[in-house]
Amino acid sequence: MIYLDANAAEPLRPTARIAMIEALGQVGNPSSVHGPGRAARRILENARESLTANFGARPTDLVFTSGGTEADALALHALSPGLRRVIIGATEHDAVRAAAPEAAILPVDSSGVADLATLEAILAEEGPALVALMLANNETGVLHPIAEAARLCRRFGALLHVDAVQAAGRVAFNFATLGAASLALSSHKVGGPAGAGALLLAPEVAEHFRPLIGGGGQERGRRGGTPALAAIAGFAAAAHEALATPSALGPLRDAAELAARTAGAVVLGADAPRLDNTTTLALPGLKAETQVIALDLAGIAVSAGAACSSGKVAESHVLKAMGAGALAGQAIRVSLPWNASEEDVQRFATAYAEMAARLLRRAA
Amino acid sequence: MQRPNRPIYLDNQATTPCDPRVLEAMLPWFAERFGNPSSVEHAFGRDAEAAVEEARGFVAALIGAAASEIVFTSGATESNNLAIKGAARFARSVGDSRRRIITVATEHKCVLESMRDLGQEGFAPVFLPVGADGLLDPEALGAALADPTLLVSVMAVNNETGVIQDIPALAAMAHAAGTLFHTDAAQAGGKIPIDVRAWDIDLLSLSGHKIYGPKGVGALFVRRRPRVRLTPLFSGGGQERGLRSGTLPAPLVVGLGEAARLALAECEEDRARITTLRTRLLAALSAAVPGLRVNGAPNARIAGNLNLTFPEATAARLMEAAPDLCVSTGSACSSAAIEPSYVLRAMGLSTEEAGRTLRIGIGRFTSAADVDFAATALAAAHAAALAA
Repeated sequence: MIYLDANAAEPLRPTARIAMIEALGQVGNPSSVHGPGRAARRILENARESLTANFGARPTDLVFTSGGTEADALALHALSPGLRRVIIGATEHDAVRAAAPEAAILPVDSSGVADLATLEAILAEEGPALVALMLANNETGVLHPIAEAARLCRRFGALLHVDAVQAAGRVAFNFATLGAASLALSSHKVGGPAGAGALLLAPEVAEHFRPLIGGGGQERGRRGGTPALAAIAGFAAAAHEALATPSALGPLRDAAELAARTAGAVVLGADAPRLDNTTTLALPGLKAETQVIALDLAGIAVSAGAACSSGKVAESHVLKAMGAGALAGQAIRVSLPWNASEEDVQRFATAYAEMAARLLRRAA
Repeated sequence: MQRPNRPIYLDNQATTPCDPRVLEAMLPWFAERFGNPSSVEHAFGRDAEAAVEEARGFVAALIGAAASEIVFTSGATESNNLAIKGAARFARSVGDSRRRIITVATEHKCVLESMRDLGQEGFAPVFLPVGADGLLDPEALGAALADPTLLVSVMAVNNETGVIQDIPALAAMAHAAGTLFHTDAAQAGGKIPIDVRAWDIDLLSLSGHKIYGPKGVGALFVRRRPRVRLTPLFSGGGQERGLRSGTLPAPLVVGLGEAARLALAECEEDRARITTLRTRLLAALSAAVPGLRVNGAPNARIAGNLNLTFPEATAARLMEAAPDLCVSTGSACSSAAIEPSYVLRAMGLSTEEAGRTLRIGIGRFTSAADVDFAATALAAAHAAALAA
């Protein structure tokens, strides 16, 4: 089986595995004051320091969560007290969309990039707002001009939340220099285990908000509950390794894309800057579900979009927002994991060409 | 006294060591099996989904529930928040005019905080007192239920004293008043038999790391018949029937499942062995420290807990004098901040008495040598404090 669904979950990095097993051998609760408690606390704080050093924040400005979804929800909860107007990108993850159901939607162009001219117009007219824009899209890999969006937000006194779940470890960024108010990270998208995530906060918004999950005062009162020590240790180790080893997936992705194009695919979002591991391939006239099933039978694991809502393949709001029309239901996501090989891509190319030829022939 | 070559861990109410068998069950999920359980479109995802569902069955079996009634969370704190805030917010969203929510003064901080949060949202939290034995007086609950009430939340086992509340009786009273009943069973799992049907409860919280599983995972039982409806704390991908969005952490869930399976299989065996150890520890310590007092109802407590008020020395002093012994002054969450336990204060202890109180938590991996060491070390520490 060839795994090309990294945007759903990256394979666990060996360094993460080692860190997790070490943490699981540690008996204490990080809030306990005795020796085992302090040892557990050290694991937690080392992870916090490593992550904030790697992504550009102060250790006190990081809140550990159960994952990217909770981090996004916490950001919107913490940054939008009262009646602040909320604006979110049209292609945001469901975690952001669900946290701001009343939000104004910022459109994207046909390649999937957020329209900053419209953002500027809205901010100029409406004044202070909370803006949520993802760094990289989970379905297409399309990158938004986040630094520019952050500058715009600062100019108009707006706060920017950045969902960097898919970007982290795949493109370089620094939270402090970015100038956003908050940024969400997820462990299992950088090659750590699922079950851990983090919210980075700018110093001016880092304290004094009501938690989503209240409890024993952990995380400086911003997130209750005994932290997921082993998952957090794995998260930090994976992020460190991901940032220390620049991705070389671009040529592999391009090869996969070229093969798919030759077989009749249309690449969505190809004109925009993208993550180098992701491509969205549409075969006109063929349902995405049919393609994914055919590839699964051929031993290739890909997806028809976001993994979240499992089973039910709804038409992608991301591709619809890009104006993909009928192609929105005919596109699959191929996302190369950090350990993808040339051979994986060759086998994908062969399987894809065979699948496309067979299904297109049958459809004709 | 000879120093042990490792710390003696007797703080099993703060957290339990991960059982080696749990770690063993998790290991494959730290390697080649890394799929997202929602990725049912391919074999990696289906593999993870199958494991998650098997674990769901084990957790359900531990409490006598159906697998479809189990929602995985990041831990008991989140489960408690989801149960309490979720039930109250849902009731309001469908036009229920009741605002009263009832809990007990000795609940875990996350329950008290959830109640207070709801107070800020217009609900009316009521905090019932307990007796000197730590038990909630059913008559007090009955009186509180005279006003229309949305929800009652009472913990099954207290995290500081090990006191077991009479959950079936309290749940019956709540239901007679048309009120939902939630119990925080984080400290009860694997310690006492739990049966959500016989207890007739609507919502029940569990924690992984209190039953020799990993930290970062827990569960909430949400009754199906009659169906209990909740508003989620946060939304997104719609996992866990929309009640809890976010990718399920398959390795942690597998660990929780195995921990639950072992807790059910070994509950009785653990309880018998731990009772013997507790009796042995208390006998030795009582002989050496006249005037030692055990807090909490003598006949309604779990085997693994001793909450002890010493006649002379402060807990801080005792812990300092016995550095190889890992015990605590109360709940771990807030133990970094040294303040007198509100649980003990609610049971009528003075601040000064609470300051002389230690929590000792005996667990599955505690040996007779461990409790003997604890008795000797604490007796010596107390004698030294007296002499000073």
